[in-house]
Amino acid sequence: MTAPPVGLATALENQLKHPKSGVPALVAYLTAGFPDRSAFPDLLRSVARVADAVEIGVPFTDPMADGITIQRTSRIALEDGVTLRWILDMLESVGRLEAPVLLMSYVNPLLAYGWDRLTDRAAEARVAGLIVPDLPWEECRPVRHRIEGAGMALVQLVSPLTPEPRLKTLCAASSGFVYAVTTTGTTGGEGNFAEIEDYLGRVSRHSAVPVCAGFGIRNALHVRQLAQHLDGVVVGSALLEVIERGQDPVRFLRSLRPAPSS
Amino acid sequence: MTAATWPDARGRFGEFGGRYVPETLIGALQRLDLAAHEALADKRFGEALSLELESWVGRPTPLTRADRLGKAWGIDLWLKREDLAHTGAHKINNAMGQALLAQRLGASRVVAETGAGQHGVAVAAVCARLGLPCTVYMGAVDVERQAPNVQRMRLFGAEVVPVEAGDATLRAAIDEAMRAWVSDPEGTFYLLGSVVGPHPYPWLVREFQRVIGIEARRQFIQRTGVLPDACIACVGGGSNAIGLFHPFMDDPVELIGIEAGGASSVTHGRPGVLHGCYSMLLQDNDGQVLETHSVSAGLDYPGVGPEHAFLNISSNAYYYIVDDAEAVRALEECCGLEGILPALETAHALAGARNYGREHPGASVILGYSGRGDKDLDILAGVGQ
Repeated sequence: MTAPPVGLATALENQLKHPKSGVPALVAYLTAGFPDRSAFPDLLRSVARVADAVEIGVPFTDPMADGITIQRTSRIALEDGVTLRWILDMLESVGRLEAPVLLMSYVNPLLAYGWDRLTDRAAEARVAGLIVPDLPWEECRPVRHRIEGAGMALVQLVSPLTPEPRLKTLCAASSGFVYAVTTTGTTGGEGNFAEIEDYLGRVSRHSAVPVCAGFGIRNALHVRQLAQHLDGVVVGSALLEVIERGQDPVRFLRSLRPAPSS
Repeated sequence: MTAATWPDARGRFGEFGGRYVPETLIGALQRLDLAAHEALADKRFGEALSLELESWVGRPTPLTRADRLGKAWGIDLWLKREDLAHTGAHKINNAMGQALLAQRLGASRVVAETGAGQHGVAVAAVCARLGLPCTVYMGAVDVERQAPNVQRMRLFGAEVVPVEAGDATLRAAIDEAMRAWVSDPEGTFYLLGSVVGPHPYPWLVREFQRVIGIEARRQFIQRTGVLPDACIACVGGGSNAIGLFHPFMDDPVELIGIEAGGASSVTHGRPGVLHGCYSMLLQDNDGQVLETHSVSAGLDYPGVGPEHAFLNISSNAYYYIVDDAEAVRALEECCGLEGILPALETAHALAGARNYGREHPGASVILGYSGRGDKDLDILAGVGQ
């Protein structure tokens, strides 16, 4: 028996509130098993050294919220035989990571694995939380308490189109952090953050947990624009494209955040 | 509660259905749900739709007694002729209904997916008539095998976008249409063509397709004075089948859905979530959605409408499989004996009726004759070689 994993979600919240270096906190997204299964554990270790949290994307055949980059990396991972089972085994064997890990998955691979088995195994693999883009508030209620009961966070996503009363509910219900989608559209677009200050301000006001923005965040300028409005940023497609080009993901992540001013 | 009263307020048919979509789409779906309920309760909306269905679509469609084919198969066979509706398939009923809703909601453009191209053609035609800009996503494989329909859509002014992603068929087209919708959920109206997807679509599409069963039931009773023994229709997503079945749901009539051999999600699937709803799904043990392979582009889909999943599990309807060869043989018999060329999708229902006749000689059957087969001539030429 492993010890009850209470506190993984809380540790995640603390990490995002107190980033390793500079602000905002950096949440790095990696498609599990990309670029290939054998290279992934080392990639994960090195990214976890720089990032404040790592989202590991469970590849799915029909990623409807994702743009072409994550569609492509997901397909490559699936062709390489990446499954949720492989991901959890890998996480158990990879050893202690220097950042908390979340799983980002469409709901069907989780359903196929089974919620009970998932909460047991994910806690053993020290998964701090789940992000499920196609499991909106109404549909997550039957499983929410089971996930949080296992000490894991269930991150709620909000969008600029979420109306105020619903925004309040989602922010209050979220654990780990609130994932503020910056824009309508899929992942991997080009950020335009000119008119979302008001939205991000409202999300922050309603949230007891940290707020991280994602979708379309590609460079240091984007990060700087957003830094004052929230606790963290999620970088996914841009990071995967760096890896695809054979460039150094750690260097890229470091370049996103201005050095802390003394 | 009878089977006919589902879905509940959460869009569930028993355990199936629901709304598994990104948060960005929730508001659009709630608005659509509300607007659809208001519209369907609005007498003026109903009159406008009826007028279009009568004067432009050509409803009611006939119920044809297929004397020679019925005799060959040992049944009393009646064909509900959706092939005679404008654009050649039942898809136009839903396309017109939803496009009028889009107009009512003030949408600036319409996006749609299409498999065989019948839904795409229907949407393109309706959008031309109502003056709505329209983009149709179609799997690249389907663009290839249903070329005449692509040409028709373009003539009607639609932009046809071939989708290379995934398996490049209907399911990839839905993925892409949903992505387009997620990018602009407030200005774009997603005109979904089957009884699949997130709530309210399975309900909404059914409401616009019920006209098939309402007419067929009335026509059959007028001609014979009784109810049929069975209703048979093909099931991909399942819109023509639900449309035919639903008005018979409280009758002592057997309801039979026919799935394509390479895409039999009700028969061989397991519950799962694809395209926003929980239903029966062809998937592997890890929850990855499987590629399907059917000669019929319209049935080539790994999921099925949640109401069919519910009707199956509650034994309110029965589902059987027909393979490509059986379907093509039934198509040829229908051509030779009745002088009507069915779509390959419809041919699956016909083969199902022939199989049903072996078990139930003399039974009376209404067959959902969902569409015409001109679009499939190239495929048939390939099959014949």
